[in-house]
Amino acid sequence: MEQVNSGTTLTQDFSIKVSDHMGGETLKHCYQCGTCVSSCPVAKLTSSFNPRELIKLALMGAEEEIISGESIWLCCSCYNCQERCPQKVEIADVFYALRNIALKKGYIPSVYSKFSTALFDEGRVVTISRFVENKRVTLGLPSLKEVGLDNLRKILQATGFVRLEEKEEE
Amino acid sequence: MTSYALFLGCTIPARQPNYELSARKALTKLGVDLVDLANMSCCCPPPIQSIDMVTSLAVAANNISIAEAADLDILTLCSGCFESLAMANTLLREDNKLKTKINDILSKAGNEFRGSIQVKHFVQVLKEDIGFERLKQSVIKPLNNLKVAAFYGCHALRPSNLLKLDDPERPSILENLIEALGAENVVYRNKLKCCGGLLRGSSDELALDLAREKVLNATKAGADCISTLCPFCFVALDIGQVQMKRKFEGTYDMPIIHYSELLAMALGVDPKSLSPEIHRIKLDKVLSKIM
Repeated sequence: MEQVNSGTTLTQDFSIKVSDHMGGETLKHCYQCGTCVSSCPVAKLTSSFNPRELIKLALMGAEEEIISGESIWLCCSCYNCQERCPQKVEIADVFYALRNIALKKGYIPSVYSKFSTALFDEGRVVTISRFVENKRVTLGLPSLKEVGLDNLRKILQATGFVRLEEKEEE
Repeated sequence: MTSYALFLGCTIPARQPNYELSARKALTKLGVDLVDLANMSCCCPPPIQSIDMVTSLAVAANNISIAEAADLDILTLCSGCFESLAMANTLLREDNKLKTKINDILSKAGNEFRGSIQVKHFVQVLKEDIGFERLKQSVIKPLNNLKVAAFYGCHALRPSNLLKLDDPERPSILENLIEALGAENVVYRNKLKCCGGLLRGSSDELALDLAREKVLNATKAGADCISTLCPFCFVALDIGQVQMKRKFEGTYDMPIIHYSELLAMALGVDPKSLSPEIHRIKLDKVLSKIM
């Protein structure tokens, strides 16, 4: 098996941290067969994304390299790898867990800060404009029901969900 | 009459009246009653799962609990909503410890997930409640001569252990639904491959490459249109082709049409009443074949 890049800092117990996170539970079942790579539509297009490699890095504890890199954001969430994994590693879910960890540490791609703000402020990830509301009436569609923002915010507060502020590029 | 709580989500009411209008009109004609419930928020699909999986699960469960209180099963049009809600429904029904944890969170909003209803995708309702045979008999304007490339997208099918909609490697529900309308189901390469929709915004180039492959494969197979089940697939392939025209050589004029639109037209609904202007790739080619 190839080694991690020289100079990569390894965080002890990172694989335990991932396994303890929702979505990361099956990480340690991976035996590096590569079925995920051969099933991955993104890996066919770019060498910047390799699910087997990413799982290996998580197992070895390359936390910094994973959460500061672009790789975890390139999964298209198609779940092909997860369907086909002979070890039943929930690969796409492991990547969600890695994204959750990266965001908590402040690595926030701008599109995610927009999603979090929209959910928090409007209860929807796509905003419904006045124009759309009016158009619905013209088209004969029923007016939209309220989203129940007060209750939603109580839930977001209970899970510790916050508006993500985009990190300034250095 | 069968009744469902219609879970509209965010993208369809904001951007795709063509999907909502066609689905509502078709289901009404087929005797399915749709109820719009208040207090349903975003389903919390993959982009929110990426931010926090517990939040996503809790909000999905909260939405389900509202339909439970109204004693209605949920019908989703968007596959993102379907994935998020159906996944939460299965996970929480199968794991009591997780259910307790999520219900602790929902109690802050005065709600409780019980696990008493089903979450169904639009196509499941057509298959299970109407059936292919009855659907065939309900067709007024058969789509004879129309060659349709079926496209499931990802989140109607996968993860299959939680969604339980169809075989993830050899599905047949959409092909059967297309044929029930009198149309021809076209076999094309890499049919089940992702459209790249969820990479739009974070990696536009990769997203467009994936969408382009889909369009080229369907074109090569001689399809008149690609039939979708999800608003994200629709955007990736329809608006995607406008972007492809700018970036790549070649012709990109493959109409993208939600299955619900084909269905509504086959049931006799006037296409002009379905907000066809939403389509960036115009439907003329499709309409001239079926009208």
